[in-house]
Amino acid sequence: MSRIQKTLSALKAQGKTALVPYVTAGDPRPNATVALMHKLVEKGADMIELGVPFSDPMADGPVIQKAVERALEHNVSLDDVLEYVRAFREKDNETPIILMGYLNPIEAEGYEAFASAASSVGVDGVLTVDMPPEESMGYFEALNQVGLDRIFLVSPTTPESRLAAVNQKGSGFVYYVSLKGVTGSNELDAADVARQIERLQDKMDMPMGIGFGIRNGENAYQMAQLGDAVIVGSALVSLIEANAHCDLYEIELALGEKMTEFRAAIDRADALNVQE
Amino acid sequence: MTVDFAKFPDEHGHFGPYGGIFAPETLMAALEQLNQEYQSLKNDPAFLNELNDDLRDYVGRPTPLYYAKRWSESLGGAKIYLKREDLNHTGAHKVNNTIGQALLAKRLGKTRIIAETGAGQHGVASATVAARLGLECVVYMGADDVVRQAPNVARMKMLGATVVAVESGTRTLKDALNEAMRDWVTNVDNTFYIIGTAAGPHPYPAMVRDFQAIIGREAREQILEKEGKLPDALVACVGGGSNAIGLFHEFLPDEGVAIYGVEAAGHGIETGEHAAPLCAGKPGVLHGNRTYLMQDEHGQIVGTHSISAGLDYPGVGPEHAWLKDIGRANYVAINDEEALQGFRDLTKYEGIIPALESSHAIAYATKLAPTMSADQIIIVNLSGRGDKDMNTIAQIEGFEF
Repeated sequence: MSRIQKTLSALKAQGKTALVPYVTAGDPRPNATVALMHKLVEKGADMIELGVPFSDPMADGPVIQKAVERALEHNVSLDDVLEYVRAFREKDNETPIILMGYLNPIEAEGYEAFASAASSVGVDGVLTVDMPPEESMGYFEALNQVGLDRIFLVSPTTPESRLAAVNQKGSGFVYYVSLKGVTGSNELDAADVARQIERLQDKMDMPMGIGFGIRNGENAYQMAQLGDAVIVGSALVSLIEANAHCDLYEIELALGEKMTEFRAAIDRADALNVQE
Repeated sequence: MTVDFAKFPDEHGHFGPYGGIFAPETLMAALEQLNQEYQSLKNDPAFLNELNDDLRDYVGRPTPLYYAKRWSESLGGAKIYLKREDLNHTGAHKVNNTIGQALLAKRLGKTRIIAETGAGQHGVASATVAARLGLECVVYMGADDVVRQAPNVARMKMLGATVVAVESGTRTLKDALNEAMRDWVTNVDNTFYIIGTAAGPHPYPAMVRDFQAIIGREAREQILEKEGKLPDALVACVGGGSNAIGLFHEFLPDEGVAIYGVEAAGHGIETGEHAAPLCAGKPGVLHGNRTYLMQDEHGQIVGTHSISAGLDYPGVGPEHAWLKDIGRANYVAINDEEALQGFRDLTKYEGIIPALESSHAIAYATKLAPTMSADQIIIVNLSGRGDKDMNTIAQIEGFEF
């Protein structure tokens, strides 16, 4: 069982929902990332999604686009991101790490070389936004070979006919995109998400994570009642943006406060489930 | 060569290792629906009749194949014919494709059209068909391109389109494409994305090629009528590569016809400041397809440079990538200076002001023709007219505009 699967099943056994924060690696500067990851864990993260900067993030909204631009000003590469993970693992061997990004930096490295490097530094799963299950050429096989989980997005527009491929090629959990749009859009419709999750649940053999558009405690509270994991990205990254030129301490403080809000909301939802 | 070109791409959009569907999940269903609709319509007589009527009566096809006698003689060597796509309504080949995709949009019941544009020709062609069908139209254009192609921005606005200046990234065509994709992900229910070049996720490269292939079909018929034989060489400029694949496709099985795609060498391939992924890039994945890209060692897409906004793109259509690898087409590059000279030459000898994009093809023909004999024939795709480039030219030549 992978570290992601273990973490999610342990939480499920306790009736808990995972909180999964996203930050872009190297944002606002390379030496901040490892410290911020530890801070996220301290403030209640169960897993971390680490964005790999790419020059053309076509599925991301303005907040994450700017984060990627800040990281690329420092020429943060995929190799650098793997180095941050290695450094993080010196003190934390428990918290699963998922790399989220686009295919081209991985193509440049080579599928097998990337998979083996990622696995050896302690990455647990990979979400490649522009690599659907149908297009593989050995990519998912390479990830599978070294035990890296393959996380796929499922969106409100995903037809029934494609769910089988996601279920078959995916592992760890399924990432349900809670709205039509890019990351950080802000029209979350909880009733619609509930209907969709219900549609998916009996077709998927994996836990369901929910992300895109979860901006505050109220959103997180609603989503925690529907999914096994709640993923928050732009809400945190916009705080990094606001404090980009401040000391690391200030950034940690801002992120920590927001994380506390999310964690409390999710715990509140979990307590509700237990009462039921 | 034993390749059956009609069989490409395969059903998943692959040209050998290139092409495919590398798209965010939210778009997968829309791409599948588009593909199904396109596959069922592309041989449908009623659809083709409607398309052909529009191309004849609205676009003004067939476009002439013109023997550029004075220019040819000045070069000494092959006879050069120009396929006059500049004479299409809106002034370039782009409208061949937007007419077709707009008919599809209508059939799919979409009420809103989006497009990306570099030089503005595709934006104008999209705004034009949207106006004609009464559809809302939003055009994404790199902020730098908005400045250098101002006349086309004015035309789009006149036609009722909203032009969004894209400030992210390198502020050129690739960033416009990113922003259009983001719009499509968000508004996929009511929106049809008219991609302007033979790139993007399947079925776009095949669909855009099919709509542009009328260029080569006409040219083949016209040259046989005028000269009684096929040409010896074809020359077309390649940014994303839609005008080029449009001319080339009909001739792919004709082994005796040499094919030249001309990329933008910008300040020179050796300077790194160019837009020539086939000549100097390597394969990767961007904007929904695998193809040759300009990228650094870490897989980051690098900024491009070309004097022509329409060629200023770090990728290229996947069919060109494949034609390069199998050796059916040759890809060469022409720098800014050479393209400007081509622009001046055609204007001077033939009274035709070409687009700066097309001027790259003109410039390559000036190199190629003298190496050939007087009984040989070159067809150059004159993909667009140069009115839109007057600001750029006025600055370079130092006259008031």
